Amino acid sequence: MASSSKAFNATKGERTFDVINYILLGLVLVITLYPFLNVLAISLNDSTDTVRGGIYIWPREFTLENYKTIFGYTSLVQGFKISILRTVIGTLLGLISSSMLAYTLSRPDFRSRRFVSVFLAMTMYFSGGMVPVYILMRDLHLLGTFGIYVLPGLVSAFNVFVIRSFIDGLPYALQESAKLDGANDFVIYYKIILPLCKPVLATIALFLAVGQWNSWFDTYLYNGNKPSLTTLQYELMKILDSTNQGSAMTNANDLANQMANVSPESIKMAITIVVTLPILVVYPFLQKYFVGGMTLGAVKA
Amino acid sequence: METLTANSASTNESVSSVPTEREQQNKKSRWKGFRKHSNLSENESATGLPPKRPNGIWRTVVQQKYLYLMSLPFVIWLFVFNYLPLWGWTMAFQNYKPAKSFSEQKWVGFDNFVRLFHDDQFYLVLRNTLAMSVLGLIFGFIVPIVFAILLNEVRGMAFKRVTQTVSYLPHFVSWVVVAGIISNLLSMDGIINQLLVWLHLIDEPIQFMAKGTWFWGIVTASDVWKETGWNAIIYLAAITGIDKELYEAARVDGAGRFRQIWNITIPGIRSTIMVLFIMSIGHLLSIGFEKQMLLGNSLVTDYSQVLDLYALNYGIKIAHFSYGTAISMFNSVISIILLFTVNGLFKKFAKESIM
Repeated sequence: MASSSKAFNATKGERTFDVINYILLGLVLVITLYPFLNVLAISLNDSTDTVRGGIYIWPREFTLENYKTIFGYTSLVQGFKISILRTVIGTLLGLISSSMLAYTLSRPDFRSRRFVSVFLAMTMYFSGGMVPVYILMRDLHLLGTFGIYVLPGLVSAFNVFVIRSFIDGLPYALQESAKLDGANDFVIYYKIILPLCKPVLATIALFLAVGQWNSWFDTYLYNGNKPSLTTLQYELMKILDSTNQGSAMTNANDLANQMANVSPESIKMAITIVVTLPILVVYPFLQKYFVGGMTLGAVKA
Repeated sequence: METLTANSASTNESVSSVPTEREQQNKKSRWKGFRKHSNLSENESATGLPPKRPNGIWRTVVQQKYLYLMSLPFVIWLFVFNYLPLWGWTMAFQNYKPAKSFSEQKWVGFDNFVRLFHDDQFYLVLRNTLAMSVLGLIFGFIVPIVFAILLNEVRGMAFKRVTQTVSYLPHFVSWVVVAGIISNLLSMDGIINQLLVWLHLIDEPIQFMAKGTWFWGIVTASDVWKETGWNAIIYLAAITGIDKELYEAARVDGAGRFRQIWNITIPGIRSTIMVLFIMSIGHLLSIGFEKQMLLGNSLVTDYSQVLDLYALNYGIKIAHFSYGTAISMFNSVISIILLFTVNGLFKKFAKESIM
């Protein structure tokens, strides 16, 4: 170490740079983490005590009461169920459809490959916009159904292309020998391609699951008046929004207003944690995949 | 995410052009394989007729029936959910009444657009959209690059890894949660106000969320907070691809850290920066509405209303479908024009393009 710094006679400048760099990045670390820790601390603090303020990253009067309370709200529990359901179904269907389509697009001999590819890629640049899409959903009788959570987002061009470029990297000989053994295209997809695609499928699964879990706007737009189909994010949105004094959203229903009147800061933060927790639990495990997957999909060497 | 989504189009292009040569070879060998095993070719060889061209197409379709079965449903799906709404643009030229069929609708030409361009509110909304997009473009673009470069300069692997992992955490959290967190931080007794008072920068707490003039900054800052780490992944990957020997050579020549960054790292990721920049400009007007809707309130509407929200309020909430469509259409058309213009300019002057 000493010899190397001597060789490049820049010790002082290098050191200063390092120190400043560590301080800057340390600051980024604090700014990113603090809000989460703060929310967690408030959620674990006694709700009447929280009003006094001054809770930072450690609860002053530790309690789990807030969490008990929110699991008594039926709309939240119902929302939790719907959110899990849409995440599981949406992710599974999304994985199957995008990998299937990606496989056909990776087959160089597929006759309509070019057409399907362009047809898919175009969707990334054009969209009908909010009103025509809404009208379409209405005409398809999807308003107020569970299907609206899953169907419109079934195939995303980005996901398909990411999986496709992964399949392109696999040796083609595998498919060829399977074919010689008499396997048809579907069997090749199911028995050979899918198992080999696990890393990229994990990435896409994460994207899909996070997207499903986090989305609230489709509930707001299409299913807002169907209490049996509202999601957790939507319920949280109503609760956070109804306390926001001059809110533009006045159609939040009575239940939410009622809850807002009785739900202090600590309860709101407990809901926020419940909404966030599943993602925080899953994402460290998938991190090694998604960094690779992102790079695969987004950077050309 | 938006820029990334769109960027994969270019990936697609580049990927598909690379394997073509390999594909040609594969094609030949695979054809042989098919001949050997398909019933059709056996029949053919029995009669001894050479394959006819028109039959060729149909035969491939039959041979590739599984490939068609696996893609056709999704082509139909794409048509329904992505292409049919484009047909809905016709509503912008009608006085659309939900109860009537298409042939019964009254055509009004450009009336909805004329009304739009005479609407003072529209210009206010356009101003807000442009302001927030430009701010988002500048900060949402520069900060991740700086962050990636700084992170790359860190020597301690553990610290680097922790910082990186933590940095993309907010990306995975919904805007609903982020909006809740932001309003908590910026509230009257929130940490930001406490900090500012403690540092004697202000005398009494500011009501950030109730001041329209603060809104653009709050939205931009929240966006930067949420997406910086995630957007930096691409730059970090690009930096990893730079030849390490370049740094060695520069160090031998006596270049300090800044010189290395300036002369090696930045030129090394230049093409990545360019491509992402073009993409961001193409999406300048489609900044979405989630953050504006969740962070905004009636006190700040003059600064928070953006085109998509405007379309939502007019088009769906009070069911002025035609007018709402006209707003969305204006948005899309400008975006596409922007995308092509910027792409063309870059192609001409910087020899970089995404299409």
